[in-house]
Amino acid sequence: MATRSHGSLPPAVTRSRLNREIVTPEGVPLEVTLADRAQRVAAFTIDMLIVGGTLIGLVILIVLAGDISVRDSWILSFFLLVAFFLRNFYFAAFELRWQGATPGKRATGLRVIDRGGAALQADAVLARNFMREVEIFLPLSLVVSVPLEASDRWLVISSLAWVLLFLLMPFFNRDNLRVGDMVAGTWVIVTPKATLLADMAQTAAQPAQAEPDAAAFRFTARQLDTYGAYELQVLEDVLRGKGGLDTRFTEQEVCRHIARKIGWATGIPPTETRRFLADFYAALRAHLESRMLMGHRRLSKHDR
Amino acid sequence: MAGIILKSVQFRRQREAVWRELEALVTQVEKRGLRSLASDQLLRLPILYRATLSSLSVARSISLDKNALDYLESLSKRAYLCVYGTRIRAQDAAWQFFAETFPRLFRLARWHIAIAGLFMALGAATGWLMTAGDPDLFYSFVPAEAAQDRGPGSSTAALRDVLYHDGQNAETALHTFATFLFTHNARIGILAFALGFAFGVPTLMLMFMNGLILGAFGALYQSRGLSVEFWAWVLPHGVTELLAVILCGGAGLVLADSLLFPGRHTRLETLALRGRQAAALVIGAVALFFIAALIEGLFRQLVQSVPVRYSVVGATFAMWALYFAVAGRAKDHGDPQPR
Repeated sequence: MATRSHGSLPPAVTRSRLNREIVTPEGVPLEVTLADRAQRVAAFTIDMLIVGGTLIGLVILIVLAGDISVRDSWILSFFLLVAFFLRNFYFAAFELRWQGATPGKRATGLRVIDRGGAALQADAVLARNFMREVEIFLPLSLVVSVPLEASDRWLVISSLAWVLLFLLMPFFNRDNLRVGDMVAGTWVIVTPKATLLADMAQTAAQPAQAEPDAAAFRFTARQLDTYGAYELQVLEDVLRGKGGLDTRFTEQEVCRHIARKIGWATGIPPTETRRFLADFYAALRAHLESRMLMGHRRLSKHDR
Repeated sequence: MAGIILKSVQFRRQREAVWRELEALVTQVEKRGLRSLASDQLLRLPILYRATLSSLSVARSISLDKNALDYLESLSKRAYLCVYGTRIRAQDAAWQFFAETFPRLFRLARWHIAIAGLFMALGAATGWLMTAGDPDLFYSFVPAEAAQDRGPGSSTAALRDVLYHDGQNAETALHTFATFLFTHNARIGILAFALGFAFGVPTLMLMFMNGLILGAFGALYQSRGLSVEFWAWVLPHGVTELLAVILCGGAGLVLADSLLFPGRHTRLETLALRGRQAAALVIGAVALFFIAALIEGLFRQLVQSVPVRYSVVGATFAMWALYFAVAGRAKDHGDPQPR
């Protein structure tokens, strides 16, 4: 398989329901997170507020302009055209310009991408946005036009129910695809954001260098065999202070747990807790990474 | 542990500068767009992107530093979005679209378009025959806003009057009328396309109903001996407009076809592949609607002569036939067939 040779995704122990894999044209798989429905509704609402606001603003401008009787037919034409283009091309134009984002999507941190991992093409952007006509505007116009006579009302209401199927399409599939996404072959994903922090294996070792007389904790291979990559990365999070509100307490809990599990004979004074964890992290990572180089990838403590 | 330097730490030390440089570029693109990059930066971007992607591959197999892995993964994705985001110059894309893509897609979807056209023709024939048999059926076929007070009850003089004054008040400016026609018709066209997702049935109904209206009007004017003048009134813009409607219907049928008969791929894959082609057809059709509205809103109001009107019919028909048959032919080879 082509993806193998370029390093496939490491099998994640915890994979979210919304995570998907795309393969870039270079053959490297990347994991993307799909936007959930609430985020997409929020993005769409922002965009519609912009569209609606622009139109209302235009109307107000025209009204404020006052004496327009001479040119009012031109203004009407202009208004019709602006409304048409906003309605049909607002989304597409922004998604083309901003690499798959509209103002609403940018505000909520979403992007449109190609499901196959290829470049997002202009026709895909147009396709996904034309479908809004049947997803949004058709239901809307039906709601507005519910007539008062009973005979017609049922016709409209039944067609409304049918049309709602399109509107609610994102709720009927695992990928939260709306009809436009299906037609265009696109996903809406969360824009990834992560910052590069210092390597824990180095920073954690710093205090030990500062006081050379304090002997570093040393672990045997047997002790290090207790855990796998998953536990290592949980430990990394703890060391980075993501362990919860009370970092010190969490560290002591984790420390006690590890000491018991690996059979650490001597007690660890509270002041040494962090150093113990940091040393254990560095040792465990060295151990697991060297095994990984030999082709043994240990996912978690349950992985033998 | 101070004495030991992990392979993954060493690896990160060597590559980090590249990652940071890429991150700076990507952040700039995200904030201010691709255009904000200087030309040397633009050249660096794909190089840095590939280097980072290869770092990611290596890191996945040698490193367990979760933060670095997450960072590389996210940086690669952000850079991927910059490198493989949409990037076309609008004017190039537009030229290429109308010179090659649009007529080519037309030829690819010719059978779908033919079926849409057939349903409209069937509608027209039905409308014609039934209205000719029972003039009152005109009211069932033609919605009030399309009839504009015309009907079997109207006098022949009133019907003739419309052909030359279009039922519009003298005060209503032509350009307003043209704009209204364009936005209204283009909306119907986009709707016909989008309804294709419901397995094409509503699309075909829409085609049929459009035909019904046309046929009903044809029969009405025929019954008053105004046929020649009526078609001189409808067809100058009608050739272009009906073609655009049929194109949109054909595009809708392409959607329906890929849903009903996905062929070798899954439904979703087929839909994704052909849905884009169909949407591109609709874009072309919107341009046709614009041309039709210009003819209808401006030309038809200004030119009253029947022979001139008919020569426009002939000219537009010949033009479109030639355009869709010939334009972009050279690029057709090696095209994937519809199926």
